Amino acid sequence: MSRTFVGMPPFPTAAAHALRDTQLRRNLAHATGTIRDKRAGVVAEVDDWEQLRVDGAAIKDHVLSRLDHYLVELEESLTRAGATVHWARDAAEANAIVATIAHAHDADEVVKVKSMATQEIGLNEALAEEGIAAWETDLAELIVQLGDDLPSHILVPAIHRNRAEIREIFAARMGDSGRAAPPDLSDAPADLAAAARLHLREKFLRAKVAVSGANFAVADSGTLVVVESEGNGRMCLTLPEVLISVVGIEKIVPTYDDLQVFLQLLPRSSTGERMNPYTSMWTGVTPGDGPQEVHVVLLDNGRSRALADEVGRQALRCIRCSACLNVCPVYERTGGHAYGSVYPGPIGAILNPLLKGTGVDAQTDSLPYASTLCGACFEACPVRIDIPEVLVHLRSKVVDGHRGDRRPKAEALAMKAASWTLSDSRRLDRALRTSGVARAALGRSRDRVSQTVPLPGAAAWTRARDLPLPAREPFRSWWRKQSGSES
Amino acid sequence: MNVALQVTCLNDSLFPDTARATLTLLRRLGVNVEVPLGQTCCAQPMINTGYLDEAVPVVRNFVDVFEGYDAVVTPSGSCTGCARHQHAIVARRSGDAALVAAVSSTAPTVYELSEFLVDVLGVTDVGAYFPHRVTYHPTCHSLRMVGVGDRPSRLLEAVRGIDLVELPQATECCGFGGTFAVKNSDTSVAMGSDKARHVRDTDAEVLVAGDSSCLMHIGGLLSRQQAGVRTMHLAEVLASTQVGS
Repeated sequence: MSRTFVGMPPFPTAAAHALRDTQLRRNLAHATGTIRDKRAGVVAEVDDWEQLRVDGAAIKDHVLSRLDHYLVELEESLTRAGATVHWARDAAEANAIVATIAHAHDADEVVKVKSMATQEIGLNEALAEEGIAAWETDLAELIVQLGDDLPSHILVPAIHRNRAEIREIFAARMGDSGRAAPPDLSDAPADLAAAARLHLREKFLRAKVAVSGANFAVADSGTLVVVESEGNGRMCLTLPEVLISVVGIEKIVPTYDDLQVFLQLLPRSSTGERMNPYTSMWTGVTPGDGPQEVHVVLLDNGRSRALADEVGRQALRCIRCSACLNVCPVYERTGGHAYGSVYPGPIGAILNPLLKGTGVDAQTDSLPYASTLCGACFEACPVRIDIPEVLVHLRSKVVDGHRGDRRPKAEALAMKAASWTLSDSRRLDRALRTSGVARAALGRSRDRVSQTVPLPGAAAWTRARDLPLPAREPFRSWWRKQSGSES
Repeated sequence: MNVALQVTCLNDSLFPDTARATLTLLRRLGVNVEVPLGQTCCAQPMINTGYLDEAVPVVRNFVDVFEGYDAVVTPSGSCTGCARHQHAIVARRSGDAALVAAVSSTAPTVYELSEFLVDVLGVTDVGAYFPHRVTYHPTCHSLRMVGVGDRPSRLLEAVRGIDLVELPQATECCGFGGTFAVKNSDTSVAMGSDKARHVRDTDAEVLVAGDSSCLMHIGGLLSRQQAGVRTMHLAEVLASTQVGS
């Protein structure tokens, strides 16, 4: 069974570890570069792309502003269509609901459609404790699960693996949970896909219960929507007798019509495709066709907390396309594991602190700082989440959470000192005169120093970078002399 | 037109040549520039690290000094972005209505240098001469927060004698990111090293950008690597002339 992110170190530590893995960095740079180029190409084909982004953001914002109303409407329409609706405040409640339903059908295994919500709540691990095996059927999720690994990307969880590594995992591990890989398995993509297909087919045909998430939930009709590329999802959604869908409460769109905006935005942003190969929609139970028992677990798990944050709530617009990951220069270097969560990259850096709250642990509080604020994520986001704005906002919450500390951090003291110095030009004048003296002490003949200098953060800087010395004559001194100005 | 130069704290203390070049350039183009000595910093170091309370008096000083000018010109995309987009957040948090009003009247008057030259003065050929092989890095805040577009490139293309070569993966962040460079120094150095590699691949003598902070980071790496590539601010290249050089 796969591992969990519990106990991951703060981002800088985890990132330093990942940065040393040369193979990982090459795999990531290649994969993100490829997806980035594909996405740029297909987005450029759409004349009204900017308008679609604005429309997508507006629909989501509208739903979020009236979420109570739409949740009740969704519950009513789902119930009317023959589905059973469950409400889960947190991961433990959601997991218990799924386990209870599986037990009621004497199921010791379930097949799964790739779903971020079930990963977020650690469903597979919770079911394992109940004696129920949860089989991932998405190819990349299968690679992660068989490899006893952690996902590192929202859309391509095994992005950190190359095909030679995948061949090793299939050859070594497939036999443990079903049909083994053929003995002469090569690392050609077609051969790897064929092995996965045969392995998964047995599981599809055997399973009585399937678990999915949903990309969208249409409030007025009670229709759930899953988009995917491989067809494994459709197998799970149609073959088993019982279907359990775990759906975050932010996934609602008001009407069927609203879907057209997102079905244009999502595939182009995520996989760089004009249209995703499979779009499955189901509305409750249809007698004699597909699952005859449909359960929908509406999951909060911190979403109400995020919704209460005026600046941060825009993160709930997220449609999990992962465009922000693929354009993020930090993600490209560190990979997803460094973020310590199923939601990595720029969206993870804001979503995790919003769902869990700041001040909970050092790992979560490190995430808003895992960005240079370069803005590439905002530019790529199909629903216009201003991730840099939310990052700065969350940084201020992290800082505010420490304002009462009895022993302030060195950084807090430095910022207070900087604020004092920079709020009055006479104080800055004095500071610059002092730095001129410091320059003389550090070595007056050179323009840059590489040795350690007695400034906060200087050691982290000078490890690999030279640091410029303070100017021989600050600009303001020069200006004062040449203009004869005292103003 | 009543124009002020925002020197930036980084240029004042570490890169005064950049501020001098900006002044020289603007004067050569006939702009009568004032340099209010009451100025300090745009407060970005505090804001982007999350110290919004600490940013309040610095933002207040900024608007006290620059309010009332027709244009405030700064050789920094990053400080421009901060003044235009982030000062309002700080002002709102302070609860001081006068500060909110002062920020909203000052923010639209702050121009990044290339914007001021192209949009306000209407020039792309500033009469510069710089006979060197140059590559240009569009800094993230210039590019995305301010949206300077191709203005810096148009200005550089008009420089006489210049051999301007394209930087591979130019729009990717160099990894500076203010305190990111220290808090996440491993990642920052990894990003900066890739940027430095792309710079070396161009065989350029000089790397040019519109933000001294990014140049300090990339330049610090190039210098440690003894790469033989100089870094220069856009203002310094545009201020160079055949007479002066």
